[in-house]
Amino acid sequence: MTPPDSDVTERSLLQSIVEVARSVFGAAAASVFLLDAQRGELVFEAAAGDGSDDLVGTRFPSHVGLAGWVVMSGQSLIVDDVSEVPQFASDIAESTGYVPRSIVAAPLIRHGECVGVLEVLDRGTRDRGELDDVDIVGMLATEATLGLELLVRLRSLTTDMQSEPSQAGGLDLTILRRITERLPAADEQTASMVMRLLAVADELLTGADDGRRGFG
Amino acid sequence: MRTEKFDVAAMPQVSPDWAWGGADGSGVRVAVLDSGVDGGHPLIPGLERSVQVVTGPEGAAQVADCEPGDVAGHGTACAGLISSIAPAVAITSVRVLNDGRQGTGAALLAGLGWAIDEGYDLINMSLSTAKPAFCLALHELADRAYFRRCALVASAHNMPVRSFPWLFSSVISVASHDEPDPWAYYYNAAPPVDFYARGVKVRVAWPGGAQILSSGNSFATPHITGISALILSKHPGLTPFQLKTILYLAATNVRRDNGGHHDTP
Repeated sequence: MTPPDSDVTERSLLQSIVEVARSVFGAAAASVFLLDAQRGELVFEAAAGDGSDDLVGTRFPSHVGLAGWVVMSGQSLIVDDVSEVPQFASDIAESTGYVPRSIVAAPLIRHGECVGVLEVLDRGTRDRGELDDVDIVGMLATEATLGLELLVRLRSLTTDMQSEPSQAGGLDLTILRRITERLPAADEQTASMVMRLLAVADELLTGADDGRRGFG
Repeated sequence: MRTEKFDVAAMPQVSPDWAWGGADGSGVRVAVLDSGVDGGHPLIPGLERSVQVVTGPEGAAQVADCEPGDVAGHGTACAGLISSIAPAVAITSVRVLNDGRQGTGAALLAGLGWAIDEGYDLINMSLSTAKPAFCLALHELADRAYFRRCALVASAHNMPVRSFPWLFSSVISVASHDEPDPWAYYYNAAPPVDFYARGVKVRVAWPGGAQILSSGNSFATPHITGISALILSKHPGLTPFQLKTILYLAATNVRRDNGGHHDTP
């Protein structure tokens, strides 16, 4: 599933952060979740690597598994033998379609609230120890938090535009959006007439602007 | 590595053996502020009490008894580690963490205030809040605990986030070292973290009787809580200041038999 806003800068930023996280750890996969506090769920917002297809937009309970520990305690954690605990493994498999051996997870904290989780699955063999891993995932979490905030802010703006009449000086401008949406589908004669009317409107506004400037 | 010679007041008699040798934690009461505790887990030798923070009739957070259970496993892991160090300690589970649907700050304050008023000797807090709005109230509670012979043992944050209560000087704050010895802990001469305890690849209890290998400051903290319980068991009535002083003098990098250097790992 390709998310509807997959090509916008905000989502590309988040995606690039999980790609970097995966690369830095030499990991099988990396993901960012947004916490939907009202529904008590975590939502995949970006995923890179094994099992990442079709994950964006999927949800699971926010108190389950290591991500749940991280949301609740606000602390970064590592689990090294996930697959040895059947319940833990099946919870993860259910939400990701992939059962890792190890997980590094860090909370995404913005304005004092946990807004999500960054997870890295199956770090590759390397010289670093766990304490360094926790430090690095913390730094990446800071980036992911900002990326997530930008994406949420964009969505909030889009929702506002769709749900409320656009206002400019108290005027309802939804007519402009409707014209923009329907003009490409109009026949040639109608489209031409609409364009002429819009040109007249533009000239009127230009005249009004000049008039105001003249009084300034 | 920071090395700082300590030769102001040599107290060679304060060794780990003097501090907690022969103690098992009996007579000491610990509150674990967390996600609850699975009282039936083989690594948990029975809970003294199990409570949770609920919303009262007028919307205020209040504490009520509940069945011993753990919504996530984090509290069970912490309680298991405290018991592994101090097997005879009496543990009460205070569930202040939930599934993220509500802010945890109000529940944390209510649970902490309750535990202080109930007179617990130690409160394990493998958690923190980053909400500045709770800073002052938490600070006042930490001071109240300090003056009532109730020691708060709190996890340091391992991310570039300003959080509480571990930053307060009235609490015992704990971060992780990566050695396997559960008894090894280090005094940190560079604030704000007080001590480093075992926090890497720790085998911890998981609900349903299982165990997992996990790393994090959350698991370093119960080691210091457990050792503190042993000290209080052997030397009842210590103030948090005295307890912290003994922890300091018996730390792996401070005690005389190790040369008395503050070698921070």
